[in-house]
Amino acid sequence: MTHQGIWVVAEQTVSGISRVSFELLAKARELKEQGRVQAPVTAVLLGENLDDYYSAKLMEAGAETIILVDHPALRYFQNETYAAVLKALAEERQPSIILMGATAAGSDFAPTLGAKLRTGVSAHCVDMRLNEEGHLVAVVPAFGGKVLGDILCTNFRPQIATVRPGILGKVICFMHKQCPVERFDITDILAQDQGRVKALGITYEEMKGVPLEEAELVVAGGFGIESKEIWQQLETLAAVLGGAVGCTRPPLDEGWAKESQMIGTSGKSVRPKIYIGVGISGATHHICGMKDAGLVISINKDEKSPIFDVSDIRITADAAAILPLLIEGLQKNEDDVIC
Amino acid sequence: MALNIAVCIKSVPDPKWYEKITIDTKTKTITRKGIPSIINPVDKNALEAALKLKEQYGGKVTVLCMAPPGAKNELYEAMAMGADEAALLSDLAFAGADTLATSYTLAQGLNKLGKFDLVLTGTESADGATAQVPAQLAEWLNIPHLWNVKEFVLATEQEIHAKVKMDDAVGEYVIQLPALLAVSREINKPRYTTAMGVMKARKKTLTNLSKHDLDVNESLIGQVGSPTWSGDISIPSLARKGQELIGTPEEIVTQLIAKLRAAGIREGRGMVNDASGNLGSGRTDG
Repeated sequence: MTHQGIWVVAEQTVSGISRVSFELLAKARELKEQGRVQAPVTAVLLGENLDDYYSAKLMEAGAETIILVDHPALRYFQNETYAAVLKALAEERQPSIILMGATAAGSDFAPTLGAKLRTGVSAHCVDMRLNEEGHLVAVVPAFGGKVLGDILCTNFRPQIATVRPGILGKVICFMHKQCPVERFDITDILAQDQGRVKALGITYEEMKGVPLEEAELVVAGGFGIESKEIWQQLETLAAVLGGAVGCTRPPLDEGWAKESQMIGTSGKSVRPKIYIGVGISGATHHICGMKDAGLVISINKDEKSPIFDVSDIRITADAAAILPLLIEGLQKNEDDVIC
Repeated sequence: MALNIAVCIKSVPDPKWYEKITIDTKTKTITRKGIPSIINPVDKNALEAALKLKEQYGGKVTVLCMAPPGAKNELYEAMAMGADEAALLSDLAFAGADTLATSYTLAQGLNKLGKFDLVLTGTESADGATAQVPAQLAEWLNIPHLWNVKEFVLATEQEIHAKVKMDDAVGEYVIQLPALLAVSREINKPRYTTAMGVMKARKKTLTNLSKHDLDVNESLIGQVGSPTWSGDISIPSLARKGQELIGTPEEIVTQLIAKLRAAGIREGRGMVNDASGNLGSGRTDG
């Protein structure tokens, strides 16, 4: 095979680079070592105003060579331009593996690129390894995470795979060394852009409290939260504990929670040190999004709830009975704690 | 202006039954016996969006599905909701397709059925959930697309303005027709099927299309046309040895607060770092 090396397509965000880019770089280094891959791990970043900060960050996270594609046309994600740029790069340099974050943009970018390159894409991998022949084995969930399957793409290159933010978790920090940083010119590619899709702008949601994916403690509510008042108690509990609020589908449908708070295969994956599930029965797709939490505490009035099977501490009770007492107990105790 | 709209739907095992899914460890196949198939939930939102456009601008809504013959039930349901006609792409040669081969086959099906101003799909399927078919279908059709659309309007006869769900953000885009939009579930609330709709559906046309009816390159369909293939499958065990807290609500809360303290919780101050190392199976890598 002439195709060589592992690429990580990093993503520029409003505050720098998305964390999943660093998670992927750590994984790429691990794969390189495991498969005794000779070629350096390459980070590719598309965006605007990509100064030294970006290359330093990518290098620190494990990139051994860096390709920056810096252009005002890449300010916002736009699938046609982004995929055209990466297609040109991949055809010229022929990487063996391309890893991408399954962010909102990445989930669209990867299959578009895969179709343009006529190759395979493994979506939302939860793990990956190289087999004895050096092919990528991507472990992907199906049926809401109930089933895990290995996906291979042995006869086509590059092998593309996406991973949701937070799934790999681990980020590494390398001491500074110099690494080659290249800037890739896209003038010719942009000249061919038909302008069929134009990005006008992006509006960020106002974030309340700790971001869900970064919180060390998550209080999540589900179907068993029967009223807005109880939902507010759950929010109070999270505030008292200094954690973030997550949810399953029903609170979202009620309008109590936002889409960005949903935990599960079609929402976010979290791995807090402590997870408290209140009124959550534990459908597979939710469990898939919280199974890696440290201590799992579940409160549900139905003793047969599947969530109890994956919990460290089980409380069979009504949320309405426990929440006010818990908040009160925690607030009362706060006064006599000296730490 | 009348719009010629296509909606691609998938027939999926009902997500309510996922607990019943087992795998045959010998043959390494998934057993979904007895689990009913339904229209992939978010695909109904795509159909609803199409029906609304038709109500507003006139035109025609065609529903397309690639599946074994049993999926005609889902197509009749789509016609009962209001689609004008339906086509089922069914052929043993289509089986075992990954997203690239599936989207190629769907594209050839659409090319066979006509020239569409707009192709609508759901963002992802409930079973495979790769969310890859919409983008790849647009690539095969050589039309622009947007994925994860939560709102859109026909701004002019040639252009759609759309709001796209990003990570904790909303992106705004303009896209030229013909185009493909993959819509998310918050875009609308799909209508219910009525008895009248079911009766009307029986008189509508369902076309069966096999590979012989399409202009397909056989090296691009089914398992042969799929760059990816499946290896081992497993059902992971996530069980934890749990401890039950029992007693009156007051007693339970007292025990729970003690547990939280042991795990490093200090109220209003979040986690205390030095106490967090002794937690069971949690992450240790920061």
